[in-house]
Amino acid sequence: MGEEIKVIVFRLGEEEYGIEVDKVQTIERMMPITRVPKTYAFVKGVINLRGVVIPVINLRGRFGLEEVEATDQTRVIIVAVNDMQVGFIVDSASDVIDLNTDSIDNPPEVVGGIKAKYLRGVAKVGEERLLVMLNLSEVLNKSEIIQLEGLEE
Amino acid sequence: MDMNQYLTMFIDESNDHLQSLNENMLQLESNPDDIGIVQIIFRSAHTLKGMAATMGYEDLASLTHQMENVLDLVRNEKLKMQDFIFDTLFKSLDALESMVQDITEGGDGKADVSSIVASLQSIVRGEGASSGGAAAEGDNSAVAVQGIELDEFQFSVLDQSISEGHKVLYIQVTLREDCQLKAVRAYMVFETLERSGEIVKTYPDVQEIEQGEFDRVFSLYYITQRETQDIESQILGVSEIETTTVVALDHESLQQMVQESAATAEAVKPQVSEAAPAAVASPEAKSPSAPAKESKAPARNAGGGNPSRTIRVDIERLDVLMNLFSELLIDRVRLEQLASESKNQELTDTVEHMSRVSSDLQNIVLKLRMVPVDTVFNRFPRMVRDLAKTLDKKIDLIITGAETELDRTVIDEIGDPLVHLLRNSADHGVEPVADRIAAGKPETGTVHLRAFHSGNNVFIEIEDDGRGIYRDKILKNALAKGVVTEAEAATMTDDEVNQLLFAPGFSTAEKISDVSGRGVGLDVVKSKIVALGGNVTIYSTPGKGTNFSVQLPLTLSIIAAMLIRMGSEKYAIPLSSIVETGIIKRGQIKHVHGSRMIQFRESLIPVISLSRLFEIPDFDEELEEETEIVVIRKGDRLAALTIDDFIGQSEIVIKNLGKYLPAIQGVSGATILGDGQVALIIDANAFIK
Repeated sequence: MGEEIKVIVFRLGEEEYGIEVDKVQTIERMMPITRVPKTYAFVKGVINLRGVVIPVINLRGRFGLEEVEATDQTRVIIVAVNDMQVGFIVDSASDVIDLNTDSIDNPPEVVGGIKAKYLRGVAKVGEERLLVMLNLSEVLNKSEIIQLEGLEE
Repeated sequence: MDMNQYLTMFIDESNDHLQSLNENMLQLESNPDDIGIVQIIFRSAHTLKGMAATMGYEDLASLTHQMENVLDLVRNEKLKMQDFIFDTLFKSLDALESMVQDITEGGDGKADVSSIVASLQSIVRGEGASSGGAAAEGDNSAVAVQGIELDEFQFSVLDQSISEGHKVLYIQVTLREDCQLKAVRAYMVFETLERSGEIVKTYPDVQEIEQGEFDRVFSLYYITQRETQDIESQILGVSEIETTTVVALDHESLQQMVQESAATAEAVKPQVSEAAPAAVASPEAKSPSAPAKESKAPARNAGGGNPSRTIRVDIERLDVLMNLFSELLIDRVRLEQLASESKNQELTDTVEHMSRVSSDLQNIVLKLRMVPVDTVFNRFPRMVRDLAKTLDKKIDLIITGAETELDRTVIDEIGDPLVHLLRNSADHGVEPVADRIAAGKPETGTVHLRAFHSGNNVFIEIEDDGRGIYRDKILKNALAKGVVTEAEAATMTDDEVNQLLFAPGFSTAEKISDVSGRGVGLDVVKSKIVALGGNVTIYSTPGKGTNFSVQLPLTLSIIAAMLIRMGSEKYAIPLSSIVETGIIKRGQIKHVHGSRMIQFRESLIPVISLSRLFEIPDFDEELEEETEIVVIRKGDRLAALTIDDFIGQSEIVIKNLGKYLPAIQGVSGATILGDGQVALIIDANAFIK
């Protein structure tokens, strides 16, 4: 028997994703973001989260999906992995569900255009609902991200 | 008993003792005849031993025990300190340090110390020592520990004291039966007595008493000037003492007493030696209070009174305090903004008052994090000593300004660069003795290590009187390494040539010693210091010596900055890197060899477009006829940043950008403005090559 875990559910477009609740520090509404120059395109900038400066990633951009305008459903999920705090901009986040790790299947080759290595697996919730479980350390892995050019004029 | 709760205390105190041992050993090395220093060393080693035994670190305890044996012979003048003894003791200290380090990192503090123990033992046995007599006497003293028997030396000290008109007392103290911490009470008695005289000999041995390894009675010989009754009432002033007998001795009674005890010593001996191994097991011995209190005593002795009233605070707690305070600072700026907008006099007054209070508070909070550079400097005398020995040179290290204070975060980082620089001075700066004599210099080289405040900076200088830096040799090497071109080399000033030593390519030279030897890893030193917001420069006179001057900011957490606007974005530029602000007309910008320059004072300086560098979406100075500029400085080079608008000067709290973002050139961190927005801090150094 696998263990019971709690999962935060959020949406990007038509798909539902899940992150283990113990990786999530807080979920915030959209807030002013300070742009950081010369960084990855999907890094939207940094926010002030109660005195701590935290970089914010557009998760759509990270997965190579088309970026959309923020709505009042847009949320910033603050996660903490490997001593790093990062905010994910997602289309909406509303649900917390209980999941048994046994119900997580290995990731299929391609899901919705997202490279499978970002995925921990796909969980089946109830009859119809499919939840894509993220592999957070891969999402935050920087080794594949190309080195930025130096600051030259 | 759970020892974990004492572990941090043990580690802290052990480090203190090791430090004091190192320092005092160095002092002793320069004054080998000062028995006072040996006493201090002995007590430190002794306390360390007690603590280690209590905590169950046996290797530590046994090594210190052997050191103590050697030191005991020295302080009783049965053994003269010699070079090989110093070397062995220093080696022991190194071993102790690495054991404590191991414990700090969660290890069990075990290490193979058998070879060091063996050499210590052979010193005690008198092997290798030139004074052959030490061996026999050494063994005697081991026996003399048992009983209140006195060895010849102690006896003659007492006897002589009587002749000189001092009072020699035999004191016997009986503790109350229900006394809880025998060792502590005994220690308190000792401390009381030591205030007005000297304890010559105790029974049982001091270390056994301190471990509570005695029944209820202990006795001692004591030399003082005070009245017998005075002493008696002082001892009774210590609580949980049942009775005390104080007998004043004269020549005859002393003689008699010693003979009597010598007779009983034989009978007592087996008993005591049997009890000794049990010492560790007794509950009192495990109580940390005795060693903890004991440890204060040597510090006081060394400092000549005036114990500093301090408490240890976890640095993380201070960080939390700092963070909370910075949030307060952000709110303060916000309040000031609101108050000035609302034009309510009462609110303005209150906010002004709050501003004053919080800036006082800011000073205090910053001061809390200040640590004297001594904490870094204190390991250098030992290092230089060892270096000088290995290099077979004579070097005096003179430290001044060790009390100068720096922020803890800077202190933690500055040690390694300084080690590099000092090694450089010792290795490549100071010449071997023969060369020095040939050059007409004293055979002992001097390295000055000094720290001092200047403005908002702390300077640390390392100056040697060695051979200095020869321009030709450096240039030759730099040309060979391709660090400079022929044309550049010809026009460089001496200072610029010296700075070449910090050039990255320069340090990779395999055999650098042929260039008056400088340059090993100096680029690393430089980048580390620059990363701390400081700078390092070299001044040198060939044949006379070299001076490395390290400039460091007082603190890394709060700085004064100029806030600027670029379209809708705000940035902060540290005031320390700003030379001037101004406005230029488009016509003043000249094009020189493809780059844009302006005339500033007597020179042409490059114009850097911040909007282009940072790809700012809604501002471009090309559209402006007049542009605000900030003239920034890196060392003695200048550049002008074109900006949109000035917002004003403000104190900002530096926040880092977290681990996720890569290092962004031109940005050194972020700060939170009064309105809660994040503004990036511009790293002006990155703009000037």
